[in-house]
Amino acid sequence: MIALIIVIAIVVVVAIAVALLYNGLVRRRNQVDNAWSQIDVQLKRRHDLIPNLVEAVKDYMSYEQETLTKVTDARAAAVSAGSQGPEAQARAENALTQSLRSLFAVAENYPDLKANQNVLSLQEELTTTENKISFARQFYNDSVMTFNMMIQQFPSNLIAGMFNFSARQFFQAEEADKEVPKVDLR
Amino acid sequence: MYEQITRNKRDSWFLIIVLIVVLCGLGLVIGLAWFGSRTGAIGFLGVFGIVAIVWSLIGYYAGAGMVLAASGARKITHDQAPELWNVVDEMRIAGGLPMPDVYIIDDPAPNAFATGRDPQHASVAVTRGLLDELNRDELQGVLAHEMSHVRNYDIRFATLVGILVGVIALVADIFIRGTFWGGGRRSEGGGNAIFFVLAIVLALLAPLAAYIVQFAISRHREYLADASGVELTRNPLGLAHALEKIAADPRPLRVANRATAHLYIANPLKNKKAKESAGLFDTHPPIQKRIAILLAMAHDTGEPAEAPQA
Repeated sequence: MIALIIVIAIVVVVAIAVALLYNGLVRRRNQVDNAWSQIDVQLKRRHDLIPNLVEAVKDYMSYEQETLTKVTDARAAAVSAGSQGPEAQARAENALTQSLRSLFAVAENYPDLKANQNVLSLQEELTTTENKISFARQFYNDSVMTFNMMIQQFPSNLIAGMFNFSARQFFQAEEADKEVPKVDLR
Repeated sequence: MYEQITRNKRDSWFLIIVLIVVLCGLGLVIGLAWFGSRTGAIGFLGVFGIVAIVWSLIGYYAGAGMVLAASGARKITHDQAPELWNVVDEMRIAGGLPMPDVYIIDDPAPNAFATGRDPQHASVAVTRGLLDELNRDELQGVLAHEMSHVRNYDIRFATLVGILVGVIALVADIFIRGTFWGGGRRSEGGGNAIFFVLAIVLALLAPLAAYIVQFAISRHREYLADASGVELTRNPLGLAHALEKIAADPRPLRVANRATAHLYIANPLKNKKAKESAGLFDTHPPIQKRIAILLAMAHDTGEPAEAPQA
């Protein structure tokens, strides 16, 4: 009788532990998915803003066709990389960041641009979108790290193996991207 | 992070229960002092207990709205202040939080606060002066601090505690006034002199103790929000420079008062004496100490540390 109670107690405790670990894994996986969709929203927002920016500055910067073309091409490449997983997408988006940075650097030479209200507000939107991408990436990578750690550590690795939780990829930042982007026209 | 949030939620409940018990105890003793009978005392205890619970519920659901209204805060949309809106959006993304409501207070003194009951029902408010004086990095630092309060559930705690401490002070005040206006005479018939003295002592001490606890916790949370704000921006200098500018501004915030002071990022009442250490009745840690800690963090991460300018 006592043995039976002990066995039942052990089973109950183990069941509760499994349920808790499983729920923790699900919660963290959802957080990773949610963080990824935040990055996605901001990347799409940037893709939408760039044609407007190119349109707004092209009359001022007619001598900078090459720079503008680079931005347009990088945008097209980034849009099509969207379906190829975090690693490929990160590479394409980083190239886009680079091309935008050189566009803003060149824009410094055109004082007329600084007076254009439309360009200024596009500039603010792109600056914030850049920031949001990097903050969303920061949150995503932190979430992935916690999730991957849980998958590897005992005892949650047992549950992860049982229910097919697999580790996620990080969204890598290129080296130069770790500097704070400075794109102020003011 | 999760551990900190869990502890904060538990602490909130613990403190609220303690404050309700204090309030009930106050009711019991006041009841004994005024009526001297068991029914009177239990009646008072019941009334106080109900008042405390009802008032907590009102505070929980409507406290944020009351605080915002009392501060003269005006809700804005993206187009009314794009940079402020965007910076708030950036910081809530960094914290993995939903977008809070954004408010502006038309006052030239630079300051900011967050309120609400959880991240889904949160608001941040900044003054016009803050927007005018800070650059984007500094604004980011301040809003990261505020979003940390949101993420850590400090906002729920601060709003509730503020309201309960207010009730204790109010009740004690009513008792002392009531005693002078005739409660004393009534007690000559039924009241017990010992309980009467006890009630006066308690009525004087309870609000004092409540304030001390509230302020101590509030000070501790400011340090914590500074640190976890930097975790969001990864840039301690932004907040450090923002605090320097806020410290250098001599204007007190007109719309702040004793009840809302502890919500702000820096003491809005600006009692003039600059001190090395915090007193029992300070709602905020010394701002120079906070700046020094942030500059030390910047030094550790390899960024050039600067001497405080203020």
